[in-house]
Amino acid sequence: MELIQQLVNGISLGSIYALIALGYTMVYGIVRLINFAHGDVFMVGAFVGFYAITGLHLGFFPALLLAMVVCALLGVFIERIAYKPLRNATRIAVLITAIGVSLLIEYGMIYARGAQPVAYPGTILPDKKIELFGVTISSQSILILCTSIVLMILLQLIVHKTKIGKAMRAVSYDAEAARLMGINVDNTISATFAIGSALAGAAGVIFGIYYIKIEPLMGIIPGLKAFVAAVLGGIGIIPGAMVGGLVLGVIESLVSGLGYSLWRDGVAFIVLILILIFRPSGLFGKNVKEKV
Amino acid sequence: MLKVDSIDVFYGNIQALKGVSLEINEGEIVTFIGANGAGKSTLLKTISGLLKPKNGDILYEGQSIAGKAAQMIVKQGISHVPEGRRIFANMTVEENLELGAFLRKDKNEIQKDFEKVYHLFPRLHERRKQLAGTLSGGEQQMLAIGRALMARPRLLLLDEPSMGLAPLLVKTIFRIIEEINSSGTTILLVEQNANMALSVADRAYVIESGRVVLSGSAEELNASEQVKMAYLGGH
Repeated sequence: MELIQQLVNGISLGSIYALIALGYTMVYGIVRLINFAHGDVFMVGAFVGFYAITGLHLGFFPALLLAMVVCALLGVFIERIAYKPLRNATRIAVLITAIGVSLLIEYGMIYARGAQPVAYPGTILPDKKIELFGVTISSQSILILCTSIVLMILLQLIVHKTKIGKAMRAVSYDAEAARLMGINVDNTISATFAIGSALAGAAGVIFGIYYIKIEPLMGIIPGLKAFVAAVLGGIGIIPGAMVGGLVLGVIESLVSGLGYSLWRDGVAFIVLILILIFRPSGLFGKNVKEKV
Repeated sequence: MLKVDSIDVFYGNIQALKGVSLEINEGEIVTFIGANGAGKSTLLKTISGLLKPKNGDILYEGQSIAGKAAQMIVKQGISHVPEGRRIFANMTVEENLELGAFLRKDKNEIQKDFEKVYHLFPRLHERRKQLAGTLSGGEQQMLAIGRALMARPRLLLLDEPSMGLAPLLVKTIFRIIEEINSSGTTILLVEQNANMALSVADRAYVIESGRVVLSGSAEELNASEQVKMAYLGGH
């Protein structure tokens, strides 16, 4: 029963990783950039949610929506200001810029409100304990899981059924051919940043409700772990990020459940190392040689 | 219809086109023949807006389109079938065709064009739910042409449609090019296969290391000793 309990926790945690990992993977798929500022967009989402709930007295869903909108705009803003001018620069230049943007957001946040952590109010979602076959599940984690799943389904629909989603897939496959179809590549890249950042913003609010404590540097570790999740699933592959996130969350919870909770973070990065050694293209990736 | 007026195009410091001029009249098939690296693809990329000319101008229906964004040029009725097909291999045949009509909003007319393309290439209809990457080379070329037609172009730019295809398929593709032309689409065809190209074209230009060295009607060039020596394998 203990095992199932940990599995449930792992899936909740994993769905948060998956939401963040989606943004990593989508952005990588379209501009071949590991956007290291992505974890900080997640942090901004958590704070927007916090102020929306405590300051504006919004409920969970309006706060979630607001955080997603603000993060989408932030993502587009970052892309236009920091990455777009470097579209034809070397990859390393863009990568270093991403790290710079990440630090700017983290310390900008500390400058704006201080470094002290705050606590999400615990009363936003009803917190009933539900007993199921001897396993205790809080109604909160069910709601959180459902929200994540709905967002992921929504994303799949956008990517596969809408015009902008098809444009995104076309640009990520071959940007020049996409231009010949009349697709505006810059707008498509912006849309990708917007959607990815909105998902990170949602993850921020969900994280706040689940783990209570938020602070300006909270994005670093989940951001890195979501990156691991994206690599685990195969970077650039959307279903890969979802599965990678869930697998990573479950692995971490099981490690904690076995009594090695101090090893939790370590295990995530061991997973990264193992994947890079044995299957660098990830669980869902095909072994494709880099185009020259 | 299209007038290219002494354009210079550079890749960094390397000049790929040197004062190239040409003219295409409505309804024609005009071909550009030349060896690998002569600048044929560069010319098409410059017309379709992927590259910007440094000097010179490109007039389409009397308006300058030189240096305009590619999506504006597609919108005005110029479609480009790029070298190597460049289909979206991770999407289905149907989705590839849909992307060809990306800028159009006239749903009913798009549906008609789907039928037209499937009529022109029945193979694509059979395989419409298949991923484009699983098609054979010839089918991919058909898809690339069909995808460009979905934009309902008035001028179609074709870059090496015969590349890597078996002789029989080359014939089929060229027959279809003539068919597309006779239904009212003007065609600019770039080819290494000079024999085939001259057999369908009205007029032709010969390009050598970025310069137009010869031009005339297809018959004239077919008869020209210079062309025979260099491109038709004659003696």
